[in-house]
Amino acid sequence: MLASYGYGDGSGDYFITIDTDKCDGCGECVSACPAHVFVVVDEDPNDPLREEPVAMVAAGKRKKIKYECGPCKPASGRPTLPCVEACKAEAISHSW
Amino acid sequence: MGGEEKREFWRWTESNWRNPDIDWKNARYITVGIDVGSVSSQAVIMADGQIFAYGSMRTGSDSPNSARNALAFALEATDMPGDRMDYCVGTGYGRVNVPMADRSITEIACHARGANFIYGPQVRTVLDVGGQDIKAIQCDEKGKVTNFLMNDKCAAGTGRGMEVFADLLGVSINEVGDRSFQVDEEPEAVASTCVVYAKSEATGLLRRGWSRERVLAAYCRAMAERIYSIVRRMGVIPEFAVTGGMAKNRGVMERLMPLIGLKRMETEWDTQIAGAVGAALFGYALCQKGKGREK
Amino acid sequence: MITAGIDCGAKNTRTVILKEGEVVGKGMVSTGFDQEKAVKGSFDQALKMAGITRDDIEKIGGTGSGRNAISVADIEVNDIKALARAANFFFPGARTVVDVGAEEARAVKIGDKGNVVNFAVNEKCAAGAGAFIEAMARALEVSLEEMGPLSLQSDKQIPMNAQCVIFAESEVVSMIHARTAKSDISKAIHDAMASRIGAMIRRVGVKEEVVMLGGVGHNPGFVESMRRELKVEKICVPEEPGFGAAVGAAIVAAEQA
Repeated sequence: MLASYGYGDGSGDYFITIDTDKCDGCGECVSACPAHVFVVVDEDPNDPLREEPVAMVAAGKRKKIKYECGPCKPASGRPTLPCVEACKAEAISHSW
Repeated sequence: MGGEEKREFWRWTESNWRNPDIDWKNARYITVGIDVGSVSSQAVIMADGQIFAYGSMRTGSDSPNSARNALAFALEATDMPGDRMDYCVGTGYGRVNVPMADRSITEIACHARGANFIYGPQVRTVLDVGGQDIKAIQCDEKGKVTNFLMNDKCAAGTGRGMEVFADLLGVSINEVGDRSFQVDEEPEAVASTCVVYAKSEATGLLRRGWSRERVLAAYCRAMAERIYSIVRRMGVIPEFAVTGGMAKNRGVMERLMPLIGLKRMETEWDTQIAGAVGAALFGYALCQKGKGREK
Repeated sequence: MITAGIDCGAKNTRTVILKEGEVVGKGMVSTGFDQEKAVKGSFDQALKMAGITRDDIEKIGGTGSGRNAISVADIEVNDIKALARAANFFFPGARTVVDVGAEEARAVKIGDKGNVVNFAVNEKCAAGAGAFIEAMARALEVSLEEMGPLSLQSDKQIPMNAQCVIFAESEVVSMIHARTAKSDISKAIHDAMASRIGAMIRRVGVKEEVVMLGGVGHNPGFVESMRRELKVEKICVPEEPGFGAAVGAAIVAAEQA
């Protein structure tokens, strides 16, 4: 499943997509993210019959990821995002 | 929500229904799905995975009571005692506050599963536009979510955004659709996505002499374009189905469908029960797997 | 040399007349729906205050979201550049500039000559601009002027969940129903706004001195929330922060005269 967390508003679209078929719930993204955007849950609430751990964007962060992710996306230059780098399974992508 | 009763949201009738072909006494598992949305709440009672009864009503000031009322309303249509229920799943915006629920499941999962039941296994894309959010979901033939995107941060394109315009223009929300077609020529969409800015843009248009109908048309078009931009980001795979309150606003829907370029699937069921149907189906699946309530 | 800067913004249109590095004339009218009229109104006010005529002005710089309506302007001034120059004009030690206007917010990192190093902009979403505080003041039924002082009376930290003006209005109404003090709600509003603007500023980097320009700089509650958010000693705000962009436009006009 491609799970896109985030939002679009007048200023643009801001989604973090987690490919739950690739994600094994290892939790590397959780520790890599300086803004604590990710959590690993034992059961995917969007796929309740799956029963394996999976990463998601924390509920309290979804409506402000443009701001939470801001420091990792400086106005000049774009270093590799720590969450994307930490994810060995290449399950994480950002829309902006 | 503050209980402001002057708000007349989507005119859908509060209704309950019972399936005359099903006798609950013969059912192995009775499962219930309760969807507490920001505007309306539904309770669906299923007997072995078939819809036995449902109740649909306006959401009250708190989620627990809205859930209780919706369930009581569904039960009212039947002769089944409430304690016959084997399992209950809560979903929707107020899902964690459904007191009788054994567990809660997201509306994403429930809408896909429910749309699969209501529209049939051909449905691959489900668009749900509710009072406070837009959900775009792709699912497989079993109703399992394969891709989803939800926007509940911004009011643009949601029922609330439409309501702000209905208030601004003094047009009852029920008339928005029809009135928006009372124009000689279809105007361009309101340019601002943000509802706040769209509102000041509309005020400017009115000052320039635009009729309210023309402003409505421009806003319904903007709503359609907004909703389309969300769906397009995810991608549309046929068959395409729409659930939620906005499905009933022709001002938006008739402007949205040409953008999507597909026909909407049709169903005899009330599309507003999709989430609750999905929730009840998950309850049934859990019971079958032996993961129901411990007896 | 005399130059002028005209900033036609979403809410207000302002003119500044600069003579040898000193402000000699100012004018401000609300923009309304006729930008050209607003431009003329503010320009005439400023000319009158300076006691000069159009012909005495060597060059006029126009800026702001309605800059296309400034027909008297000789040059169009980039708004980021205008802010950078203005911050440097008011506070030579300025390195980070925050501008919060009615419909837009910007963060600019500047060098010691008021040169632009880097910038970030928030536009087209009212949650990250002055419009947010205005709408919340209406929901709270207090005037915009009261919002700041009210907020300064509170030391509570109440998070706001809604990130959209429209949804935040309902949230504020629920807070009122729950009998939350207006001062606490006001602080929650400013804190929420400051956290969004703060994230934008961090994208350009926070370096002192931090200068705030734009009409929202008049709001001491927001300035204080912003200061806490950025964890800085102080935020420098000129006496009339709303005139920042117009001052900057006049400076750029002088540079190019």
